[in-house]
Amino acid sequence: MYTLRVYALCIVAFMDNTQTLLGILGTGPSYGYDVKRSYDRYFGSKKPMAFGQVYATLARLLRDGLIAMLGEETGSGPDRKRYEITEVGRKRVSEWMFTPDVPEAQLQSNLFAKTVIALLLEDDAEGLLDIQRGEHMARLRELTSAKRGANVMEVLMCDHAMFHIEADLRWIDLTAARLTELRAQVTGA
Amino acid sequence: MEMDMSLGCNSSGVPLLSCRNLRVSFGVTEALRGVDVDIYPGEVLAVMGPSGSGKSTLLHALAGVVKLDTGTVTYNGSDVTALSEAERSALRLSAFGFVFQFGQLLPDLSAVDNVSLPLLLAGIPRRRALQQAKSWLDRLGLAGFGDKLPGEMSGGQAQRVAIARALVNAPKILFADEPTGSLDSLAAENVMLTLTDLARATGTTVVIITHDPRTAAHADREIIVRDGLVTSGSVAFSQASDVPQ
Repeated sequence: MYTLRVYALCIVAFMDNTQTLLGILGTGPSYGYDVKRSYDRYFGSKKPMAFGQVYATLARLLRDGLIAMLGEETGSGPDRKRYEITEVGRKRVSEWMFTPDVPEAQLQSNLFAKTVIALLLEDDAEGLLDIQRGEHMARLRELTSAKRGANVMEVLMCDHAMFHIEADLRWIDLTAARLTELRAQVTGA
Repeated sequence: MEMDMSLGCNSSGVPLLSCRNLRVSFGVTEALRGVDVDIYPGEVLAVMGPSGSGKSTLLHALAGVVKLDTGTVTYNGSDVTALSEAERSALRLSAFGFVFQFGQLLPDLSAVDNVSLPLLLAGIPRRRALQQAKSWLDRLGLAGFGDKLPGEMSGGQAQRVAIARALVNAPKILFADEPTGSLDSLAAENVMLTLTDLARATGTTVVIITHDPRTAAHADREIIVRDGLVTSGSVAFSQASDVPQ
C-alpha cells in the first residue's frame, strides 16, 4: 500500500510551496509554526520546510493580501503571529487547484499537493483530477495528430512524450481510485 | 465543480445517437445508474473508465443489445427503445457496425468470407458481396489475405479484417469495444489509424470503448464512465460542421 509518506518521498520536489501553504491556511487560522507542522506532516517527511522559508512565504502572502494577521501576542517565544486566509486568498487557492497544469515530467508533484489541499478543504478533489485528465488527453490528442505524416524521428519524439503523459494519466487514475483511502489518511477520519 | 453531464459538444449540432437517464441492472448490480450522452454525426468518441465501470454496458445499451431498466435511446430522431426486438435487429444490421477486442471472426471462414457476411445477411448477391469484401480488404492493406483463415493472421491483421467486416455495409455508427486490447503498441496504433482514417473518410460515427489513453487519443473527445455514471469528459468537437456527413 502506498502511504502518504511514500508519495511525499517521491514527489515533493516540484510542488508550488506558496500555494500549498496558502491552502493549508485555508483549513483555519493558524500560527506560523503550526502551518509548518502541517506542511511537514503532509509533504515534508523527507525534507521538512525550513522555518525561514515558511516565514518568508507567509510574509509574501501577507504583503499580497492573500492572508491577514489576526493579532500579535506578546510573550514568550518568537512565534506569536496568527494568520488567516482572506477571501482573495481562498479564491487564489481555488484557482490554483482547478487550473490544470501543463502536462510535463514531474507534474504529479504539484497535482499531488492540489489533491491533498482539496481533501483538507473538503473541496472537489475528484473534479480537479478530472480537469487534469482532460488536459492530458488534449495533449495526447495533439501528439497523436502530430504523428500523422511525420517522419520516423519526429514520430519517436512524439512517442516519448506520449508515454510520459500516459504514465501521468495512470497516476491520475490510480489516485482517483484511491481518493477515499487518501481522504481518510489526510483528514485522520 | 458543475458540468453538463449530457456532455454534448456542439450545441448547434443535432445528435445522431442520444441517451437519457439510462439505467441497466444485472441482478442486484446496477451497471448504469442514469447516463445521458449525445453523440454527433461523424465524430469519434472514446468512452473511458476503469474495469467494471459500466462502459461496455453503455455501448450495449446504445446499440440496443441489452434491456434497459429505464431511459431512452434515440437514433436519428427515433426512439430505439420503442422498437420491437426484430426492428432493433434490423437497425443494427443496417446502421450499426461492431468491432470487439478479439475480432470475433468466424474461425472456419476465410477473411473475405468473414467480411462478406453482413452483406449476405442483408441480401446482397454472393458475387457482389465478395467483390465488395475484397475491395474493403484492399483498403485496409490486406490485399492478398482474402483466402487466409483468422488463425493464419497476426492479431493486428485479424483486427483489420474485423474492421473491414464492420464497415462493409456502410454503417452510420461503428461501435468498437476495446479494439486494441489484445494488440501491442505498434499494432494498436496501426489499427486505430486505419479505423479512424476510414471512419473520417466515410463520415462514419465511431464509439470506442477503451481504458487505454493512447487509443482514446485517436478520438475527437472522450467521456469517462465511473461506477455506472458519466462523471466527466471533454466537451470539445467544435469542428462538427466540418465533418463529412
